[in-house]
Amino acid sequence: MTDTTSVSESAPDRATPSRQELAGQTVELGRARPLMLDCGVELGPFTMAYRTYGELNADKSNAILVCHALTGDQHVVDPPHTERSGWWELMVGSGRPLDTDRYFVICANVLGGCMGTEGPKEINPDTGEPWGLDFPVITIADMVRAQTLLLDHLGIDKLFCVIGGSMGAMQVLQFATAYPERTFAAVPIAGAGRHSAQNIAFHEVGRQAIMADPDWCDGDYLRQGTKPRRGLAVARMAAHVTYLSEAALHRKFGRRLQDRKSVTYGFDADFQVESYLRHQGSSFVDRFDANSYLYITRAMDYFDLAADHGGVLARAFEDTPVRYCVVSFTSDWLFPTSENREVVHALNAAAADVSFVEVDTDKGHDAFLLDEPEFFSVLNGFLEGCAHLAGLVGERRSNGQSAGGRVE
Amino acid sequence: MSALPQDRPPHQAPAETPPETPGDAAEAYSRRTMIRADLALIVEMVEPGTRVLDVGCGTGELLECLVIDRGCVGRGIELSQAGVNDSVRRGLSVVQGDADTDLNDYPSDAFDYVILSQTLQATRAPGEVVANLVRIGRRAIVSFPNFGHWRVRLDLLLQGRMPKSEALPEAWYETPNIHLCTIRDFLNLADELGVTVERSLALDQQGTDKGIAGLRRANLFGQHGLFLLSGG
Repeated sequence: MTDTTSVSESAPDRATPSRQELAGQTVELGRARPLMLDCGVELGPFTMAYRTYGELNADKSNAILVCHALTGDQHVVDPPHTERSGWWELMVGSGRPLDTDRYFVICANVLGGCMGTEGPKEINPDTGEPWGLDFPVITIADMVRAQTLLLDHLGIDKLFCVIGGSMGAMQVLQFATAYPERTFAAVPIAGAGRHSAQNIAFHEVGRQAIMADPDWCDGDYLRQGTKPRRGLAVARMAAHVTYLSEAALHRKFGRRLQDRKSVTYGFDADFQVESYLRHQGSSFVDRFDANSYLYITRAMDYFDLAADHGGVLARAFEDTPVRYCVVSFTSDWLFPTSENREVVHALNAAAADVSFVEVDTDKGHDAFLLDEPEFFSVLNGFLEGCAHLAGLVGERRSNGQSAGGRVE
Repeated sequence: MSALPQDRPPHQAPAETPPETPGDAAEAYSRRTMIRADLALIVEMVEPGTRVLDVGCGTGELLECLVIDRGCVGRGIELSQAGVNDSVRRGLSVVQGDADTDLNDYPSDAFDYVILSQTLQATRAPGEVVANLVRIGRRAIVSFPNFGHWRVRLDLLLQGRMPKSEALPEAWYETPNIHLCTIRDFLNLADELGVTVERSLALDQQGTDKGIAGLRRANLFGQHGLFLLSGG
């Protein structure tokens, strides 16, 4: 059979990389004072894995915190042990919008993740066994609290910018509203002030797929020496559809058949789109932990910034000094423009400094990870303006015309 | 920076005059020069270092001038996404939005000036928009094409057709202008809303203040009206 991408025929099982195999840095946090989680549990000490790119300047004013999405990781650029490129190589690097010649870019694996930061697949120091479902349920606010401990560790009082897409945008909003004095600018991309009912519903489908897999073993699969491959793959397949758009799926696959002349009157992956999804599912299983998927999707579901401020989103932004740039994509139906616009309206109601850009694309939610020249050029302009206002670069140029008395 | 440098008013009309013969190029030219001079007058009305909201900021030309040359804290709202993206690309803080609906979001007295340049006539509810302008800003600056100009009146009288002019170049079926008014109409609206008119200027097509005295003459000879308003 030529279809090598079905779930059952995927690559041999291997664990996600251990901490020792990971490039970048890990740090133990919360030893002096444990992290107080929203669920009431105290966590600490705990490990956080992170990567940095570029150089921190002398007054530590050029740091950008990148917040990764649900299945992202700290390896924004140049991930270890893989041929794949980093998830935001288009955004971060020399001459890129997050220019590593100018900025010190930090990205940490989120709390509850599975790429080195404390999460359900790591060892619970109390038992010497993997945490599994004993790991406390975490929230977006917990993830952000953990990140501020990392910034403390790095000696960075104030970021130049905090930026991220999707769940990363939730962290950006949480960071900028909980710690407005700790960042100059905030760029939530393809996000929302709360997780919608539809999105919670999709997450629940994914979680049920994982938990319905007998190999999940009530979350104890690591000790049982197995892995809920099928459940996690189905969760990923369903989620992946929500990251695309009808137009993008049609453009990429249409109704084209997978390596065959006609349909087979069976349940093989006749269509290219099926084969593609199966591949997405199976390759995801190799790099992601199923329990992490449960915890992180739960954290997103619980996110509701307005609820934390008396039900009025604008109160989250009252008197904020942070300069915001909200970005959405026209074909994103997971975090649609309307949800991003609600954040903008709340920022307006607080008379906050805000820009709002909707990028015209048919690539759906995933557009924030892809090559979108309009997105990059607008973000460049925003960051450039911020860099001037924050005093990171010289006097700002007037566009097109030279200002009186200044010669260019 | 208390005043614009004399040698480089950023939006001054070029010295040459537009060609006499009408045509697309000439029309575009005159519209462009009108807007730039119009904006220069607005810039002069704004105190340096103040907080300004530009409603319908286009690609951010005026806002950039206010921010860079006048040291203002500037924000913008623009209906067209292309305009917004251009503005943000310039480093300006601009959101995509609609004057008719989105001004309601803003708190009262959030800005020193709210500017509505050449946009009032395209709004659905100009009265509500003007009321919002003086609510959000301590002062509002409003400009629009004057439908009471003698050529407009003459066109309608003699030809019996919807007037087209340099200030109103589109045909009735394609114009975004759904609520055109005269200078007199606008002053009546301000009166009804209890809005104080602190300054009023009648401009020609080049956006120059011709110093036309008297409402009757201004409404007849001004091609554009420019007003500095304050609430109550």
